Amino acid sequence: MPKLSRRYVHMAFFNLIWGLTFGGLLLFHKGVPLTPLMWRLLPLHIELMLVGWTVQFVLGIGFWIFPRFWRSRGNETPARRAFWLLNIGVWTAGLAGTLNAPAEILLIGRISELGAGLLFVLYVWQRIKPPGTGAWGKKRV
Amino acid sequence: MPILTRLFIKTSFLYLIAALFIGVALVGRSVWQLPAWLAGLSPVYFHLLMVGWVTQLIFGVAYWMLPKYTQKQPHGFDGVWWATFWLLNLGVLMRVVAEPFRIASPAPLWGWLLAASAVMQWLAGIGFVFNAWLRVKER
Repeated sequence: MPKLSRRYVHMAFFNLIWGLTFGGLLLFHKGVPLTPLMWRLLPLHIELMLVGWTVQFVLGIGFWIFPRFWRSRGNETPARRAFWLLNIGVWTAGLAGTLNAPAEILLIGRISELGAGLLFVLYVWQRIKPPGTGAWGKKRV
Repeated sequence: MPILTRLFIKTSFLYLIAALFIGVALVGRSVWQLPAWLAGLSPVYFHLLMVGWVTQLIFGVAYWMLPKYTQKQPHGFDGVWWATFWLLNLGVLMRVVAEPFRIASPAPLWGWLLAASAVMQWLAGIGFVFNAWLRVKER
């Protein structure tokens, strides 16, 4: 498993633990009320579980298993930048919702997630190809 | 495909079907005059899709596909994996039962069942991350 995949997957696990912890507290509170403030955790819980865990895990595994160009995975820079944008976005958007921050902060988080998605798709597009071909499906000579 | 992977994946598909049925019931409630307590299943619908199906499917595929922990223990600690499977599924099922009943009846039992379901699912997640973290390595 390449280094960047390990980074994506470990971060997905980190977000899963926090997402489950906040979700667990919310569900516990639903059954046995603790404090009304608990509901503030809902936006962060959703952001962490949906994007921080599920999306990030899929991207990390995709980077690992999609077809390669002989032994190379091509220029990995966009996928590396996507990792940072994704995690900055997840935590910014999640915390903005939880801390009732201005809508602009939430928007910055979501734009950061969008940037991550665009960069990753741009990077991975050329790896979705038939066997024995180079970037964009060109036959190897 | 190892037995635990098959169990995780098949169980996840059962939850997917259950979630889709609930999705139909939630929308069909007003059309077919179904019981009012069905509205309480809305959080259960999302929970079955995100935890029962997607997360459980990922757990099953991860058990199968992640690099081996060691030659002797390729999947890591199998006892913890089995505990993860049971805790996750008992936790999800307990929520499916307790959530609508908590709305229909104020008995504290349903609240405590929900709280127990939360603890079980959290423990399942910790067990999964413990095992899977060890296997996310170069080879």
